[in-house]
Amino acid sequence: MENKLPQTIEVIDLCLLAGKIMLQCGAETYRVEDTMTRIASSLGIPSSHSYVTPTGIIFSIDGTEPAKLIRIYERTTDLYKVTVVNGISRKISSGALTSDEAFKKLMDIEKANFTFPLYQQILAAAISSGCFLMMFLGQWKDFIPAIITGGVGFICFVYIHNLVKIKFFAEFMASVVIGLSAYLLVYLGIGVQLDKIIIGSVMPLVPGLLITNAVRDLMAGHLVAGLSKGAEAFLTACAIGTGIAIVFAFY
Amino acid sequence: MIVHLITSFVATAAFAILFNAPKKTLFQCGFVGMAGWFVYISLVEYDYDAVLASFIAAFFIAIISQIFAKMYKTPIIIFSISGIIPLVPGGTAYDAMRHFVENDYNTAIQLAAKAFMISGAIAVGLVISEVLNQLILKIRLK
Repeated sequence: MENKLPQTIEVIDLCLLAGKIMLQCGAETYRVEDTMTRIASSLGIPSSHSYVTPTGIIFSIDGTEPAKLIRIYERTTDLYKVTVVNGISRKISSGALTSDEAFKKLMDIEKANFTFPLYQQILAAAISSGCFLMMFLGQWKDFIPAIITGGVGFICFVYIHNLVKIKFFAEFMASVVIGLSAYLLVYLGIGVQLDKIIIGSVMPLVPGLLITNAVRDLMAGHLVAGLSKGAEAFLTACAIGTGIAIVFAFY
Repeated sequence: MIVHLITSFVATAAFAILFNAPKKTLFQCGFVGMAGWFVYISLVEYDYDAVLASFIAAFFIAIISQIFAKMYKTPIIIFSISGIIPLVPGGTAYDAMRHFVENDYNTAIQLAAKAFMISGAIAVGLVISEVLNQLILKIRLK
């Protein structure tokens, strides 16, 4: 029985990998901690400690094993991966997966790209912009302009984010483009209400997920994680606000 | 009202695509968003405060999300995150930013405080519903 139990170092690696994927894909802090502790305990390590912040995970288990740290550089929202990792952790707990198999699967998941094709994402962003316009009591006349500006803004965001790996800058530029194109459309007489068009098309960039997750983490007692997520959300909101503001400042 | 229902459904489903939710849950995500927005907009039409309306709508969204999460054996975050998207005070935050830029700080601070209160209310609504759910589960287990 003894040699069947996986090495503790391997377990730590497994837990960290699972935690890393989940955190990078926008899972809540408590879910990341919960998953790691659960995997560890089902693989024969009853007491483990994890410290999760949006920029890094520290994971250690009682005993002489070293604590390990993983740095997280980039965070996106990829709910599909969260679901898959969650499923794997459940399988480990129920004993349906050994740690080696789970590790291999997690490695595959980390490399894989499950996102929808880019054109579908852009289409989704554009359509949601139009829909938001209607939800914020806009006019049907502005529906098409909002779709155009929302789509252009999102394309700009994706493109610049690929060029420069600074999210703040990408969001800033995207909202400048949104502001400019909305202004142009209104100037040309295609759109009517500048404000509504801009609000609608900015929505795909708005950090709604971050804000709510931040407050939630704070209430759950993950103070550091909550505050840093709040800071990220604030920065994003600032970037969007400044981008739009620059356009307004010129006209 | 029908326009509101359809647009909120489409917007939420589109956001679920941006968040890369699993393909088979897109429809449910849209439904959660539509239900939440329906609650919110009906409350606002009856002259309830936006903060209170957001709170109740978020609470409602969390309940539906929990039911869906159990039915489809997926993490609740998929449904709740997509569902609250229509409620997020993007418009208010934008207005606040705009007034800041125009040096109209009084209005700007008011709007910013409101945006903060609304996002807080959404989060509290989600959390309270989750806590209640856990309480019920625990009481049942005993």
